[in-house]
Amino acid sequence: MLFKMAWRNIWRNRRRTFITAASILFAVLFASFMDSLQRGAWDNMINNVVNYYFGYVQVHQDGYWEEQSIDKAFLLADSLEQVGAVEGVEAVLPRLESFALAAAGETTSGVLVAGILPNVENKMTDLENRLVEGEYLTESDEAVLVASGVADKLGLALGDTLVLISQGYRGVNAAGKYPIKGIAKFGSPDLNKQMVYLPLPAAQYFYGAPGLATSLALKLSGQDDIKPVVAALRTQLDTSAYEVMDWEELLPDLVQARELDTAGNVIVYFILYMIIAFGIFGTILMMSKEREYEFGVLISIGLQRWQLALSVWVEVILLGVLGALSGILLSMPIVYYFKVNPIRFGGEMASSLEKFGFEPIFPATFDMQIFMTQALYVFILTAVLALYPIFKIRKLQPVQAMRG
Amino acid sequence: MAVITTKGVEKVYNPDKIPVKALKGVDLEIEAGEFTAIVGPSGSGKTTLLNIIGGLDRPTAGYVEVGGEDISQMSDNALIDFRKEHIGFVFQAYNLIPVLTARENVEFVMLLQNRSKAERHARADELLKAVGLEDKVHKRPAELSGGQQQRVAVARALAPKPTFILADEPTANLDSESTANLLDIMARLNQEEGVTFVFSTHDQRVIDRARRVVTLVDGKVDEDLRR
Repeated sequence: MLFKMAWRNIWRNRRRTFITAASILFAVLFASFMDSLQRGAWDNMINNVVNYYFGYVQVHQDGYWEEQSIDKAFLLADSLEQVGAVEGVEAVLPRLESFALAAAGETTSGVLVAGILPNVENKMTDLENRLVEGEYLTESDEAVLVASGVADKLGLALGDTLVLISQGYRGVNAAGKYPIKGIAKFGSPDLNKQMVYLPLPAAQYFYGAPGLATSLALKLSGQDDIKPVVAALRTQLDTSAYEVMDWEELLPDLVQARELDTAGNVIVYFILYMIIAFGIFGTILMMSKEREYEFGVLISIGLQRWQLALSVWVEVILLGVLGALSGILLSMPIVYYFKVNPIRFGGEMASSLEKFGFEPIFPATFDMQIFMTQALYVFILTAVLALYPIFKIRKLQPVQAMRG
Repeated sequence: MAVITTKGVEKVYNPDKIPVKALKGVDLEIEAGEFTAIVGPSGSGKTTLLNIIGGLDRPTAGYVEVGGEDISQMSDNALIDFRKEHIGFVFQAYNLIPVLTARENVEFVMLLQNRSKAERHARADELLKAVGLEDKVHKRPAELSGGQQQRVAVARALAPKPTFILADEPTANLDSESTANLLDIMARLNQEEGVTFVFSTHDQRVIDRARRVVTLVDGKVDEDLRR
């Protein structure tokens, strides 16, 4: 009966209930949508950077990542077999990477030259599908594939010659000129403005590092495999000679930027929920005041204060749950729509996002946990606010309450 | 045998500021089965006395015994339980629970007494029939007239089979026909079920039907007439 009373009491003042529930609904909707978009943007970015280049796990010679020097290259033949045999590893992508100065005519630009095995590379990064012009590399090519940002900056087109100058393995001079066989476009603006791909043998020749690689990027079956694969490799490989790093260790700046961004949103959520809290509290305050007389009657006829408090608490919680559930139900199709149809920015907005290293695409992440978290916030909020009438009821004197 | 005994009951409001003495030593004994009206001018202390007898308020001095038990010393929670078991209330403004139907209102206190559903239903229907509202069991208070609401309130007060019923100006908001109807019902229940009724009232029609009239003047019993 107490639950029945609580439920019916919610509908006594329908307009107020609808307004309060609607404010909760829009808070949940707004927070869920914002969180889904933010996570979607980050997932997309991580996917672009990690899955399309870095891989979830990399193996290097110990100390390579700290220095990123080609002098820390290692012999490929020793390590390849056991790394590829670890459960969860689908492909091993050997690379020889170093920075170089790219030149075309009077223009120069710093680039990251990556020596790759084109067929193996394609298994993880799907590089061939990123071509916007030209053809994909083969292992025996003496040609380069450049990112569109590099081509644009240097004013190069397909078939033009790119000059590369660098310092090779153990200080040898590295210089070469290569025709552009293909131009690729990357989602990550960082990759787009610095990547130049050479077939691995050509890169090893260019850097004077025959048979060497600086890293093995690993394609895994899924994100869940990261920890077991890292653990297995750290057991199997000589860790005094090799370092095994997951993507979060490889890209701490990215992880930190995501954490900072998430922390910024926490402040927005806090402000949002504070506003909602005042709205709910206003309702509770009015309801408590209006029903003081009724509370007095109920205590007079034998309802214990704790029973009355429980009934009112349930009433407020039901109101919160009603708003939160409606918010979740409304959020789900909206978030799903923006997952399938990501928001794409163009023009100046896109340029400014790219300056900050963001691809100007915001797909929403559809994750039930996001909705449930928002519902939990509302539940906690209403549960705390619902303590107010409990305190009032604890002190309520029926005679005074009924006197008005 | 006295169901209610008050001895030297005093009530002072605002004792620390400007004290107002609402009751100045009320001695009263109400026997089982009585149909008593407490009358007096406004400010004479009728409602205060009823509140103290009903355990809704505490006397500043003196004591109140109900069924031989001193209720003046009970804790708040014990008093709530005591009221639930022993006292039925009928208020001036009906005071039904607006979100419950007539039957649910009547059942409410029985529910607090942990009576079974079948027993609650049967008693509620029996009482609603007794007050002539058997066709209104599923109506909510807002769908009933003032007189009908007050009859539901009487049924609610009777439902837990209390030791006595306190009614504070029960006819104040009713028209003549509803008043006569309500008084007939209460008099019949008093006769048939032997329930003790204590009213506070200004209403001459109620006073005329009472078998005992206690007149309060300035917080004291001025006259106590039995008919």
